Amino acid sequence: MTEVQAEPAAEALRAPRVETKSLLSPYRDVLIALTVFAILAALPALSSSKALLDFVIRCAAMGLFATSLNLLVGYTGMISFGHGMFFGLGAYGFGLIMQRTGMPVPLAFAATLATTAVVATIIGSICVRLKEIYFAFVTLAFQMLIHSTILSWSSFTGGDQGLRGGIPRPVFLGIDLSNHVHLYIVSSALLVIGLLAMRQIAQSPFGYTLRMIRDNAMRARFIGIDVWRAKLTIFVLAALFACTGGMVMALFVSGAYPEFAYWTISGEGIFINMLGGVTTFLGPIVGTVLLLLLNDTVTRLTEYYGIVLGIVILFFAIGLKKGLMDFVVEWVAQRRGGAGGRG
Amino acid sequence: MDLDALAGCFVSPACLVTQTTSGLIIGMLLFLVAVGLTLIFGVLKVVNFTHGAFYMFGAYFAMTTYQFTGSFALAMLCGAAGTAILGIIFERVFMSRVYGSDVLMQLLVCYAFVLIFDDVVRMIWGPEFRSMGMPTAFQVAPLFIAGGVVPPYYLLLIGVALAAAIVLGVGLTRTRIGKVVRAAAHNPGMVSALGINTGLIYGGVFALGGMLAGLAGALAAPVRSLTPGMGFSVLIESFIVTVIGGMGSILGALIGALLIGLIRSFGSLGFPLFTEGLMYLFMVIVLVSRPAGLFGKEVA
Repeated sequence: MTEVQAEPAAEALRAPRVETKSLLSPYRDVLIALTVFAILAALPALSSSKALLDFVIRCAAMGLFATSLNLLVGYTGMISFGHGMFFGLGAYGFGLIMQRTGMPVPLAFAATLATTAVVATIIGSICVRLKEIYFAFVTLAFQMLIHSTILSWSSFTGGDQGLRGGIPRPVFLGIDLSNHVHLYIVSSALLVIGLLAMRQIAQSPFGYTLRMIRDNAMRARFIGIDVWRAKLTIFVLAALFACTGGMVMALFVSGAYPEFAYWTISGEGIFINMLGGVTTFLGPIVGTVLLLLLNDTVTRLTEYYGIVLGIVILFFAIGLKKGLMDFVVEWVAQRRGGAGGRG
Repeated sequence: MDLDALAGCFVSPACLVTQTTSGLIIGMLLFLVAVGLTLIFGVLKVVNFTHGAFYMFGAYFAMTTYQFTGSFALAMLCGAAGTAILGIIFERVFMSRVYGSDVLMQLLVCYAFVLIFDDVVRMIWGPEFRSMGMPTAFQVAPLFIAGGVVPPYYLLLIGVALAAAIVLGVGLTRTRIGKVVRAAAHNPGMVSALGINTGLIYGGVFALGGMLAGLAGALAAPVRSLTPGMGFSVLIESFIVTVIGGMGSILGALIGALLIGLIRSFGSLGFPLFTEGLMYLFMVIVLVSRPAGLFGKEVA
């Protein structure tokens, strides 16, 4: 596999950047993840607000999607405009499998992931050959191809009406997904597990290989890294997490709509990444929370949602020239008198 | 799928003429939008996501002018000139700030303005569908060519777009200004060192691109309905055109636009539900076989 092949190179690259870490550090991420999950799981007991739980579920769906996009955009330098197709594929795949076959939920979950992996491998092997803006365009084209297929194959997907009639949710392992709190806990768990897994990928030697490809693909090739394979691997992995986000969304809205596969979802993902910042792992999550909060407040206050959102974006793009987390990280680094590095 | 209808059309001259003209007007409008996009990319190296908004503004400006003055020529002029001014302001005040930075930052600024422009139109002209109506000069009986129906306005539309293509092509290759613009596309630093104001060229090219999109919008106003967000689908289609033709190539934009126009008009017969899909499929095939597009220069 690429990982094994890439290991020595990645280690060499990593050496100067190693920070002083405590003995706990290998388990630090796991501990943080467990703590966050404990807090999220305790939330329903502390607050009876359904809106709050809904908000977390939406954050889980979009956050998984946006963070997986950051694996491509921020870590590998592959600007995908079509990442939303896997979000849509997850929502439709899961919805269709549950409606048509009545499989147990975990099995349907695995089957959707497997389907997405196959599709992502096919599309990815075509796309990752292309560079920069051409990669962006061809991913966009595939996204729109899938969107058109969903619209025109209405006997199977419900066309522009979307997949309706609800998603059956048989109880498994004592978990009943039609129960709102159960759905909330499962979504939170998926979010935390997904983030932890992506963190592991990002911090692994393979993750550092990706950063090297981003910074200098030619040098990576010279020291023997199969760039095409590494890019394809991360393309498929990112697709799987985006697909998970899509499944959470399908469960939340109890259906799937063509908008889930439309290019605006990809645009939103890129926007979330820019809002939160692409140089930190948690940037996209911060961006997701920001965008959803902004969405909810602005739509309540004014019908001219676009103007307000547009001005906020301009503030980030022209004013800060970076995402919020990038800004915070740099600010903290400056306060400490050191230079902030890209991790 | 309705392949019989498609096959039937190919043996009937009337149907061929009708479908070809409708393909041509789709293609010509797309060309006007896409050529601005490709020009801006070629010179400024910026993918202008707001281009659809300029098309939209052109249409609304033309409609309002026509309602107030009743003059079709003046409506076209205002549509084109208004968007040119808008283009130069947008470029000088906002886009010029993000030239040096990330492609994503440029996209973000554009995305912000797509949202803002759509809402501005919604504020001024309202959210509902509007229509300009066919100008009285063109409310005449359609022409019949080999049994196919061709409204005279379509001929004007195709003529104007062709004229724009020729003026642009000749202007860029045969005049001094064209030479300077091409030089700025190639090496802005050197052009600037020779004492030419590159900021002015950038602003001018953006204004020209905006003007062409505005003209397309103004020309489309009598035959399409106007709504905030109408630029969206045009933007996506003209992207396909520029990508197929090759970013930065004017001939590529023309050929790409005509191909997409014909695919749309004939595809709607054979694959009524999958017409859009056909365009994307075509784009995928072109990109995979020739990543730089049909007429683009190969990237290293």
